[in-house]
Amino acid sequence: MRNANLSSRLTAVLTAAILLCSLIAPSALADSKLQIMTATTDLAALAQEIGGEKVDVDSIARGYQDPHFVEAKPSFLLKLRKADLLVVVGLELEIGWLPPLITQSTNPRIQVGAPGYFDASRFAKILEIPTGAVTRAEGDVHPQGNPHYWLDPENGLRIAKGIRDKLSEMRPGDASYFAQRYDSFEQRLKQADQKWLAEMKPYSGRKIVTYHRSWPNFADHFGLNVVGYVEPRPGIPPSPQHTVELIGMMKRDGVKIIAVEPYFDLKTPNAVARDTGAQVVVLMPSVGGEKEITDYFKLFDYDIAKLKQAFDATK
Amino acid sequence: MKRTAFLFAAILLSAAVSAPQSPPSPAGSDDARIKALEAQVRSLAEEVALLRADLNAMHQLKTPQPRSSADPVLLASSHLEPGVVASPDPSFSLVSSPAPAPAPQPAQAPQALGGATSNAKLLNPDISLIGDFIGVAGHNSVSPSPSLQLHESEVGFQAIIDPYARADVFLSFGEEGVNVEEGYITFTSLPAGLLMKVGKMRAEFGKVNTIHNHALPFIDRPLVTNNLAGGEDGIDDAGISISRFLPAPKDWFLQATAQVYRGDSDDVFHALESQDLSVVGHLRAYRDLGENTNIDLGFSYARGHNAAGVGSTYNPQDFITSLYDVDATLRWKPLRRAIYHSFLFRNEFIWSLRDQLSAGTAGNFETQHAFGMYSNAEYRLNRRWTLGARFDRSGHANNGNLIDTGFSGIVTYWPSEFSQIRGQYRFGHLADPVTGQYSYANEFLFQFLFVMGAHGAHPF
Repeated sequence: MRNANLSSRLTAVLTAAILLCSLIAPSALADSKLQIMTATTDLAALAQEIGGEKVDVDSIARGYQDPHFVEAKPSFLLKLRKADLLVVVGLELEIGWLPPLITQSTNPRIQVGAPGYFDASRFAKILEIPTGAVTRAEGDVHPQGNPHYWLDPENGLRIAKGIRDKLSEMRPGDASYFAQRYDSFEQRLKQADQKWLAEMKPYSGRKIVTYHRSWPNFADHFGLNVVGYVEPRPGIPPSPQHTVELIGMMKRDGVKIIAVEPYFDLKTPNAVARDTGAQVVVLMPSVGGEKEITDYFKLFDYDIAKLKQAFDATK
Repeated sequence: MKRTAFLFAAILLSAAVSAPQSPPSPAGSDDARIKALEAQVRSLAEEVALLRADLNAMHQLKTPQPRSSADPVLLASSHLEPGVVASPDPSFSLVSSPAPAPAPQPAQAPQALGGATSNAKLLNPDISLIGDFIGVAGHNSVSPSPSLQLHESEVGFQAIIDPYARADVFLSFGEEGVNVEEGYITFTSLPAGLLMKVGKMRAEFGKVNTIHNHALPFIDRPLVTNNLAGGEDGIDDAGISISRFLPAPKDWFLQATAQVYRGDSDDVFHALESQDLSVVGHLRAYRDLGENTNIDLGFSYARGHNAAGVGSTYNPQDFITSLYDVDATLRWKPLRRAIYHSFLFRNEFIWSLRDQLSAGTAGNFETQHAFGMYSNAEYRLNRRWTLGARFDRSGHANNGNLIDTGFSGIVTYWPSEFSQIRGQYRFGHLADPVTGQYSYANEFLFQFLFVMGAHGAHPF
């Protein structure tokens, strides 16, 4: 017959075991490099540009992954618990997976509102901020604005500047290093942007259709005109009725390009393209979407090359 | 902003200059002063003209037309601080200027950096409601369910409390009343990597016990949950939980959790006195087997008093229930097609050791051993359709020899992320716990789930 006191003893043993583990387990080692975790690869690329060799950067989402739907795997907790800085896209892009990771990370440095929590959206120009009543009848809308803002080089530079200031605040001794890297990044990005704008100028005002509302900032910067979407509403899969309407609109307006993110199925876009004589072009919304897209510059190089090729093929 | 301020200063100065002066001054000094002021006004007017030209240039940069490759776009805009107005209203002009008036432009809302803030949400928690409507058709003489019911309406309140903690409260409104399904505070900033939760919560016992009804991959709960682990509510009690990551081999994730509860969890645990606490321990091991695949293993233990000895000649506090749980989950989800395809294979095994009085008139003290398990597979066919299957087998906690067996086939349709329609065919070979007689159950269950508001994500 078991003793009733066993319960309290067991309690004490279990609690003591966990507390003991907390004492003997190695705590996060003080590394000379700042440990930066980012929600997406684009933010990782920007943080790497500014942090250089003074930081270790890793991203939770991969570049070819839909950033709305990332699994909050425990393996990410191991990285988050060591992070000095967490850079997030914000605007509720990561609402479905990041909050439990932050809570469970047991890392007070990166909790929401802590000095190591950096919301990049605060520094960016945000488009498509809804006005009036916001309901799910409009699909998976983001009430604070469209979160795909990093696809505008101007926003990339603004975020980089914010990261520079944050890193300088965290490591004042390296502030001049971060400032120097930011200046270099700004200069290179300005030159690259002039090249990209020149390349896109011949296609100014061209109408395109995209699968999801991922490209408003890109289109705004490079003068493209997004006139329709494969999704009837954000986050809602294509419906036959909407697809028929889309085909009619594309024929009427002479739209010849359907831009699709790499994580969406091509079945519906291909069907629409067959009916309209348009071309489907898979654009990469994030660094790492393809192997050759290793940094923020190559992201725009890749997408602009793909678009130019598609525009030229559908003249 | 500086330019706007300068324009205002110019206007005020101009107004000051043109206003009648009083009292009158001597003519000679007046002439000299007026000439000086005229020169100053001319200078200011030129400055205003330059500023207006600059503003016009800025407005042109904000049009959706592509920029010239020579435009200093990045220089002009990238030095704005968060919250600074990036594109002032072009129609804003109070100064008449010698410069030609610009063509009228449509008014444009000022665009600040950063997203919008919902005033309604300021300092308020995220509020959500999940409706769970269930219908049942068919035959089940052992555990019949209502034909139609709004089974549960789960209201969630979730918020960050302060820099050190967050809180989550889930109220369950059912046909039998209101129940605090969970309500706890989580301390996120404790030293030594500890995570502490205090409140009422679903115990970290196995997998299915931790999952809310709306997040289950089936409509009902497995037979083993109903027979051995507290039914729908499961082990859900008021208590304190401490967890921590443990040192682990490379690429492994290990987490230990220790929980102490009051000792009242449905029909599993029953505290006769305040010191009759129940305890739960959980060890989780997780590893990525690649980018798309992972394995999740768990071992759980729960122990508490039960009510089997109440009214007997034995000391009721000597009646203990101990539960052991082993769970194993294999997940596959290709990252490039994560919203279209995924596969999950989960097995959970529970052993129950329950002190009780033996059946019959003797009523001797005994420890009843019972075992149960379920095996669940789920495959996502495409963005809207998921197929699943579950096999159940479980003894009864008070009679391990009465074995219930079941099989379910499940189809789920997702109109969007925020609603779900599910059908489940359930076959059972079930034992009546009173008579011990077996009978067959053939049922079709259907479920409509809908989500309102911002329901925070549950842990993986």
